[in-house]
Amino acid sequence: MVRPIAFLAGLGFVFVLLFSLVNGAVAYISEPPKPTVEHEFHLHPKEVHFASDGALGKFDLQQLQRGFQVYKEVCSACHSLNQVAFRDLEHIGFTGPEVKAIAKNWAIEVPSINPATGEPATRKATPADKFPSPYANEVAGRAANNNALPPDLSLMTKARHDGPAYVYSLLTGYAAQEGYKNDAGKELLKEFPDAKTSPMLHFNPYFANLNIAMPPPLVADGQVSYADGTPATVDQMAKDVAAFLVWTAEPKLQTRHEVGLWFTLYLLLATALAFMAYRNIWSRVKH
Amino acid sequence: MATLEHTESPGHGTEDGVRRRDFINIAAVSFPVAGAAAILVPLINQMNPSADVLALASIEVDLSAIKEGQAIKTIFRKQPLFVRHLTAAEIADADKVDVTTLRDPQTLEQRTSAGKKQWLITMGVCTHLGCVPLGAGEGENRGEFGGYFCPCHGSSYDTAARIRKGPAPKNLEVPKYAFKSDTVVAVG
Amino acid sequence: MSFPWANQYAPKNPFMKWMDERLPLPRLVYNAVGAGYPVPRNLNYFWNFGVLAGAALGIQIITGIILAMHYAANGAIAFDSVEHIMRDVNSGWMLRYAHATGASFFFIVVYLHIFRGLYYGSYKAPREMVWLLGLVIYLLMMATGFMGYVLPWGQMSFWGAKVITGLFSAIPVVGTPIQTWLLGGFAPDNAALNRFFSLHYLLPFVIAGVIILHIWALHIPGSSNPTGIEVKGPQDTLPFHPYYTAKDGFGLGVFLILYTLVLFYAPNALGHPDNYIPANPLSTPAHIVPEWYYWPFYAILRAFTSDFILPAKLWGVLAMFSAILLLFILPWLDKSPVRSGNYRPAFKKFFWLLVADVLVLGYCGGSPAEEPYVMISQLAAAYYFAHFLIILPIVSRMERPLPLPNSITEAVLEKHGEATA
Repeated sequence: MVRPIAFLAGLGFVFVLLFSLVNGAVAYISEPPKPTVEHEFHLHPKEVHFASDGALGKFDLQQLQRGFQVYKEVCSACHSLNQVAFRDLEHIGFTGPEVKAIAKNWAIEVPSINPATGEPATRKATPADKFPSPYANEVAGRAANNNALPPDLSLMTKARHDGPAYVYSLLTGYAAQEGYKNDAGKELLKEFPDAKTSPMLHFNPYFANLNIAMPPPLVADGQVSYADGTPATVDQMAKDVAAFLVWTAEPKLQTRHEVGLWFTLYLLLATALAFMAYRNIWSRVKH
Repeated sequence: MATLEHTESPGHGTEDGVRRRDFINIAAVSFPVAGAAAILVPLINQMNPSADVLALASIEVDLSAIKEGQAIKTIFRKQPLFVRHLTAAEIADADKVDVTTLRDPQTLEQRTSAGKKQWLITMGVCTHLGCVPLGAGEGENRGEFGGYFCPCHGSSYDTAARIRKGPAPKNLEVPKYAFKSDTVVAVG
Repeated sequence: MSFPWANQYAPKNPFMKWMDERLPLPRLVYNAVGAGYPVPRNLNYFWNFGVLAGAALGIQIITGIILAMHYAANGAIAFDSVEHIMRDVNSGWMLRYAHATGASFFFIVVYLHIFRGLYYGSYKAPREMVWLLGLVIYLLMMATGFMGYVLPWGQMSFWGAKVITGLFSAIPVVGTPIQTWLLGGFAPDNAALNRFFSLHYLLPFVIAGVIILHIWALHIPGSSNPTGIEVKGPQDTLPFHPYYTAKDGFGLGVFLILYTLVLFYAPNALGHPDNYIPANPLSTPAHIVPEWYYWPFYAILRAFTSDFILPAKLWGVLAMFSAILLLFILPWLDKSPVRSGNYRPAFKKFFWLLVADVLVLGYCGGSPAEEPYVMISQLAAAYYFAHFLIILPIVSRMERPLPLPNSITEAVLEKHGEATA
C-alpha cells in the first residue's frame, strides 16, 4: 500500500512543480525582468589590504590609533560606538592615564542623574564607560538626520559583506552622478533617467541602492592631523578608520589568530599519533 | 577458510618493534588526555569576573555633607561602603582599647588615613558571612561597642569597626583610598 | 547481544568486580562501545561519522551550557549579552565561535552519516528502527538549530523566527492562531525569545536520549558494512575496541583539525553579516536566508510559485515537510534485497544524481528568489520527489544487482587479491 500512495504523491508534487515551472517560464519569456539600476551600477568593494588580514594577521596599533582619531574627530559626531568601552583603548596602545583623559574630555557626556535633585543630567565619562551615543535615543537620531538614523559602527565591518573593504570603498566612493558611467561604458542617467539621486541623498555606487543619506564625511586631505606624521590623505584616513572598525568589531581577532595556531599545531601532532596508533593496531588485520 | 591473521613477519615480534609500538599507542592516548586537561583551563576560567566587571571604576565620595557622628552608605564594587565621621568621644573610645586583647589587633591609626583619624572608611560587609551590619544609618542599632552590629549572627564591631564580639574573624575591611582634598576621597 | 562469539566482560580488578555486581555500568559500556561489541571488519571511513556526530553533540552541549551562563534571553539585552561574551567574558569569543561553528560541523557530519546510510542501504531490514530514530534525531537537530539561531537576536534571528513560524500560517483555518501561539505574540519578541531559549537548552538532552535508543537499536542486528552482507561468523568481525576506537580516534583528529581551522580562521564564513545588526522589527533584510543546513528544504519551499487547487504557499509548506517526512517510509519504498549501492548499478547512478540534486537545491536555497534560481530549484525539487517516491521503488524492482560475495571475509580477501580456500 505504501508504494502506490507514495507513487501518486510523488506524481502530484512533480506535476505541481512542473506547473509552477511552466508558469514561471511563460512569465519570464512574455515579460522578461527588467534590469534594475542597482543590478547595473552597484559596485563590489574595492580591493584593499589590512595588517589584520590573513591567518597570521596582527593589528597595526599605529594605524588603529590613527583610525580612532578619525572616528573621534569625524564620525563620532553622528555615529555611536556602543559596544566599545574607553578602557578597550588600552588594547590599541593607549596608556591608562591617556585613556582616562580621552574619556574625561570626550565631547559627549554620559547620561546620568543629578545626585541632588534626581533630574536627568550628564557626567564626564570614565574608562569603564562605553562610548556615549551622540543622540539621546533613536527618535532624536532620526530627527537630526532627515529620518536617516546613522547606524552604530561597533560591528560595522562584520555586519556587511567584505566589511572593511566596504567601509573603505564607501568612504572613498562618492561620485558625481551627472555623467557617471559604469565599466561597460553605460551612462547611468541615460539608461535610468528615473534613478536621479534626490537632493537629500548622495550618489555612491558602493552603497546597496546607490543613494546614501550620509554626506561625504572625508572631504579633504589633512582633515585630521596625525600625530605620527602620516600624511592624512582621504584615502589614508578611510583606510585607517576601516582598520579601526575591524578592531571595534572583533577586538579579539589577533588573539584568535594566535590561539588558533597553537590549536592547529597540537591537533596535527595528536592526529599524526592517532594515525600511527591506528596503523599499529590494524597492522595484522586485513580489512 | 583462509587465515586472516598474518603470521608474524620477521622483525615484527622483536623486542624493539613491540616497544616502539607500545610507545606510540601510549603516546596516542596520553597526548589527547593532556590536551583535554589543557582545554579545561578556559572552560573553567570563563566563570571568573569578566573584563567589564573588573573595570568598575573607582568612586569619589564627597565628605562635606557628613556631620560628626554621622555615617553614610554608598556603593563600591557592587558592595556597601561605610563612610563615618567619628566624634572625639568615639575616637577616644577606640584608642582606649588594648590592641593586644583584640581578635584582629589593629589601632585606629592603622585603619584610617594619616591626620584624618575622624574619617573611618570601611566596607559594609561583615567578615563572618557577608551580611551588611547595622549602624551606618540614622537610628540603627550600633551594638554594644557603639560601632556596627551585624544582625545575621550577632557580630559587634567597635567605633574603629574592629570585631569585638560574635563569630566574625576579622575587622571590617578598609579599602584602598586616598584623599583628593579635605572633603573628597577617591576609593579604589 | 546477538553475537555468541562476542568477548565477555570479565573484570579482574576487585573494585570493578564489586561494581559489576551492583551497578554493571562498565559492562554496559564494554558491550556498547568496548571490546564486547563485534563489528564487521571491513568498515570504511564513512563509518566514522556516527562517532563524530556524537562528539559534535558533546561539544555543543559543553559550550552551550557555558554560553548560557553569560547569555540573557531578553529582547532588550540579548544582542548586547552576546557581544559581552565576545568582548569581556574570559575566552568568551572562543566559546561562542566554537558553538556557532560547532552547529555547522554537527550538520556536516550528520549529512555525511545520512548519505552513507542512503548509499549502503543501512535503512533496510533489520535496521529500520535505527534509521527511523536517526531521522527523529535529525528533526530534533533542525528544531534546535533554528531556535539557537534566533538567540543572538540579530536581524536574521528575528526575521528567521518570523518566517519559519510563518510556515505554520499556511495551514488552513487554524494556521494564524498557531503562529500566534508559537510566538506568544503577533511578532517575535521576549515571549518567543524566552521559550526558544528554554527549548534550545532542553532539546540537545532529548537528542542525547534518542541517540542512546539509536545505538541500542543498532546493537540488536549489529553494524552494517560496505558489502551489505550480514555477518556470518567470528571471522567477519573485530571487537570495537581497540580496532574501531583507534580508527575513530584518528577520524576525530581529522574532524577537529577542520573544525579548528574554521573556528579560528573563518568563524563568520558560515554565518550571515546581517546577524551582526540588532533585530529591527521595522526593516527586513534585503535577502533573508536560513542557515546553510536548511537551504535544500528552503529551496523546495520557495519552488512552489503557482496556485493549483491549493494555494502555492500551502504547497510549499506541504512539500517542505514531505521532503523530510518521506525519509521515514524509505525502508518500505526501496524493497531491493541488496543493501549496498556497490552491487546495485542502476541505484548507484541515481544515488549520485540525488547527491548532485541536493547540492543544487542547497545552492538555490541560499541564492536570492529570482531567476534562474527559481526555475532550477523547481526542476531539482521535482527530481528530489521523483527520486524517492517514483524512481527508487521502480529501480528496486527492475534492477539486476551484481553478484554478491559469499561473506564479508571473502570480499576482504578478494580485495587483497587472495583466493578463498
